[in-house]
Amino acid sequence: MSSGLVFAAAGAVLFAMGLAGIVLIGHLLRRILAFNVMGSGAFLILVGLAQRAGGADPVPQAMVLTGIVVAVASTALALALARRLHRLTGRTTLSATDSDPE
Amino acid sequence: MTDPVAWLILLPLVWATGAFVLGPGRGARLAIGALLVQCALALQLAVEVLAYGGRTHPVGGWGAPLGIDLAADGLSAVMLLLAQALALPLAVYARAYFAENAPTVRYFWPLAGFLLAGINALFLAADLFNLYVTLELVGLAAVGLVAAGGTARQVAAALRYLFAALAGSLLYLLGVALIYGAYGTVSLETLAPLVDARAPAAVWIAGGLMLAGLMLKTAIFPFHYWLPPAHGGAPAPVSALLSALVVKASFYLILRLSLDVFAPLAAAAATVLGLLGAAAIVWGSWQALRTDHIKMLVAWSTVAQLGYLFLVFPLLAPDGLALQAGGMQAIAHGLAKAAMFAAAGVLMLATGRDTLVGLAGVAGRVPLTLFAFGLAGVTLMGLPPSGGFLAKWLLIEAALTHGQWGWVAVVIGGGLLAAAYVFRVLRQAFLLAPADSRFHPVPRSMEWTAFVLAAASVLLGLRGVELMALLARGAA
Amino acid sequence: MTLNEALPLAVLASSLAPGLIIFALPESRIRLRTALNLFGALAKLVLVGVLLAGVAAGEDYGFRHAVLPGLELVFKADALALLFVTLSALLWLFTTLYAIGYLEGSPHRSRFFGFFSLCVTATMGIAMAGNLFTFFVFYELLTLATFPLVVHRGTPQAMRGGTVYLAYTLGGGALLLTGIVWLHGLAGSADFAHGGYLSALGPDYDGQLQLVFLLLIAGLGVKAALVPLHGWLPRAMVAPAPVSALLHAVAVVKAGAFGVVRIVYEVYGVEFAQSLDLLTPLAVAAAVTIVWGSIRALFQDDLKKRLAFSTVSQVSYIVLGVALFGPLGTIGALVHLVHQGVMKITLFFCAGNYAETLGVHKVSEMDGAGRRMPWTSAAFTVAAFGMIGVPPLAGFVSKWYLGLGALEAGMPWVLAVLAASSLLNAAYFLPILHRLWFRSRDGAWPEEHIPARGGLETSPLLLAPPLVTAAAALAFGLLASSCASPLDWARLIADREYLSWSP
Repeated sequence: MSSGLVFAAAGAVLFAMGLAGIVLIGHLLRRILAFNVMGSGAFLILVGLAQRAGGADPVPQAMVLTGIVVAVASTALALALARRLHRLTGRTTLSATDSDPE
Repeated sequence: MTDPVAWLILLPLVWATGAFVLGPGRGARLAIGALLVQCALALQLAVEVLAYGGRTHPVGGWGAPLGIDLAADGLSAVMLLLAQALALPLAVYARAYFAENAPTVRYFWPLAGFLLAGINALFLAADLFNLYVTLELVGLAAVGLVAAGGTARQVAAALRYLFAALAGSLLYLLGVALIYGAYGTVSLETLAPLVDARAPAAVWIAGGLMLAGLMLKTAIFPFHYWLPPAHGGAPAPVSALLSALVVKASFYLILRLSLDVFAPLAAAAATVLGLLGAAAIVWGSWQALRTDHIKMLVAWSTVAQLGYLFLVFPLLAPDGLALQAGGMQAIAHGLAKAAMFAAAGVLMLATGRDTLVGLAGVAGRVPLTLFAFGLAGVTLMGLPPSGGFLAKWLLIEAALTHGQWGWVAVVIGGGLLAAAYVFRVLRQAFLLAPADSRFHPVPRSMEWTAFVLAAASVLLGLRGVELMALLARGAA
Repeated sequence: MTLNEALPLAVLASSLAPGLIIFALPESRIRLRTALNLFGALAKLVLVGVLLAGVAAGEDYGFRHAVLPGLELVFKADALALLFVTLSALLWLFTTLYAIGYLEGSPHRSRFFGFFSLCVTATMGIAMAGNLFTFFVFYELLTLATFPLVVHRGTPQAMRGGTVYLAYTLGGGALLLTGIVWLHGLAGSADFAHGGYLSALGPDYDGQLQLVFLLLIAGLGVKAALVPLHGWLPRAMVAPAPVSALLHAVAVVKAGAFGVVRIVYEVYGVEFAQSLDLLTPLAVAAAVTIVWGSIRALFQDDLKKRLAFSTVSQVSYIVLGVALFGPLGTIGALVHLVHQGVMKITLFFCAGNYAETLGVHKVSEMDGAGRRMPWTSAAFTVAAFGMIGVPPLAGFVSKWYLGLGALEAGMPWVLAVLAASSLLNAAYFLPILHRLWFRSRDGAWPEEHIPARGGLETSPLLLAPPLVTAAAALAFGLLASSCASPLDWARLIADREYLSWSP
């Protein structure tokens, strides 16, 4: 197994863990962390799989950089929203009832 | 200098930034002015594509793989036209709306600008990774808009929406990673001849992951859970933008990919997508029939109408009927749903209540708005003469041509269900007003923009020849 | 665009444009609204007159507009279309006059007259539709435009009536749409043509075509109130009287019956329909409706309900005539399309007059109304005798040709249906006439809104329309054999449908 594939396999594990976290965890902060784990998994796979030719392929590196920027932005937004929700309601989870208006 | 392709992305970014600096008052004027130009640009692009076919535009002259390519063909020209045509009246509407509802206005114009830039870029993106980036841009701006009101309910809805959107785009990104691993490219043009039915398992998995991610973002049944609170809870102009446009963006992506790169794989998922569409129609309509709130009713109706878009997939064939049906439905629903949310906003403003019961007697007070709601309803029900009717006609024709009877029943039944929930509102409005009801005056510009959008969705049913010709240009 | 293309569009525009302007008018602009209404109605009559003269001289009027690739809106004003167009245009004028009087002082009149004009526009579109697609577009438009009229009063009862109306008509529309798209898939975008266009498909498609026919007739049967699809009609009688007139005589049920005419003669072709064994079941359905409607009418005390069941029965005469293979049956069907409209609108105008003037809604309250309102009651009597089929009124002419048609088609049992129906008609109309003229009133009227002044028993705008239409019912019977009568026009159409036949 080449080093690239090791990265990719680790990425797959991270991605699955993150996904499970999103589905199973209620606490907003941990859920946001789970997203970051999931994202890192995807980036690892992207970089890992693209190393077939031996040397590093610059294109996925550039992609991952862009992806990290996007991930940072979304994390910031998610954190801001979670804080706002906490300030307004004191809750750190999404309850089933607030999908109904009023 | 005036290649509309680049300016359609640049211009909204400029006015979004401008609106942030200038503040809501002057920002709104700037936005409306710029949107007029965008409409002209989209029209110019549509005319050019119709005349000369699709084209590619390397941004900054760099070219793929390190630079970014933008590509415009018939399908993207149609969607761009729809986006600008929706955004302009909604901007006029929003300006009057936020004059009445002050707190949310600060972030509306910048976020709307970024949203539109993202959407335009998405319709023009030529490779899988740029599609991911634009998809995220759209998602983040949309989440911001949902939360802009700042109440606990809106923030919760926004978070729910954000999680769905992020999960969706990460699934999509994972798919992109697998595709790059398999073929070493993400350009749609280069990929198209490489992918075939004997593709390695990784590619099939990638296709599945991307599809799942996009379905989550399109809110097709059973991934629709985040949509009604987000769309039903947001301020009316935001709901209109989201329901009419944003969910169409990820649908456009599914359609584009299954027409093009993943065409050999798409057949495998087509029936499942169709069945989910059918389930969405039934479930969305059923919920719309049960809810007591006007905007929730309209939001559930979006869930149902998205189902029609997914009925297209099992019927995709070289005869192009289903593609035409999908394009027509996307446009007709976009216009009608924008009109309906706009009208719902007016109704809520006029009655001061957000429930169906509170609507008694509005037929006499805001007749123009009710008329707009009714016209939009005609499109959603698929009754003639309207764009929705043509879409339904094309769908039924496609289903009958391929001998797939089940879809005919779904389309017809869905239309009747839509009639049932639309007339819930109209019935209530025609009732006599209770003696103690008070009506607030509503700005005329809000009433008229709702009406213009609704009338457009109906008039579309009188002439679809050019649109269909444009749709057939260079797509697939 | 040539003049011959523009004329059919002008006929549509003459009610559409005033309607749209009226929507935008504030409630208080009564004079302008009335002027627009009357201008539209008169302009339409002039245009229709031009068309009638042209078609009689063999001109072709038509207009095409592509909506999608391979899908066109087609209008053509042929003899059959003009039969319906003329009827609706004439009755529209009288109904508008009547409605202006009827709604005096009530709220939401701009809305009412706006949708009223839309209804007539839709009816014109149905009449002049040149293919099934166009027909369907206007057929559904008619449904949508009538709903606000049915629920105009805004009472819970009106809402229930309106909801039932919608449920039936939209359901019927769905069946019709399925059938139409199916045919579109089989035969492409074909225009209505004399002798139909489906016989060219070949025997492989016979089964499918029979199924499609069932779908189409079921879809149209809702509006034409064929039993068991008639349930909406009696319940929609909560609508104001001018709207009932519109539903029963000018637009809605006629649209269904007219659709059956087009489908049998110009889509399937009457000979092809006969060879597919479609006509006999259709005749049976019509016969059942005729008898059942009459029987139900016997037991209604509410006057408008009795009239509504009478419509169920009478409209099926048209369908019955279509199902009788042969030109005489065709003539009977087409001429009844006109005669039934004229007679039934008279009856509804009169019922409205009784209700508005005296507050009388029930048959059992009508004792002595003939003495209080002699002119209205005279009109009612003429129309009722016409319905029964007493010579020399219009209804007799229809029944005569239907009877001849039955013999020609070799279906003598139809004669028994006609006889039974006439007896039943007499059984539910004669008691009303007896009460009107031969019973005397003791006690006050339920709610006398309009007192008698001078020689006038009620407001002149309410009185004039029924008198004119009753006179027409008399004239159409007396002068049936003269030229330019409805009968004469129906013969002209039958000539063109059955090319080999000469009267």
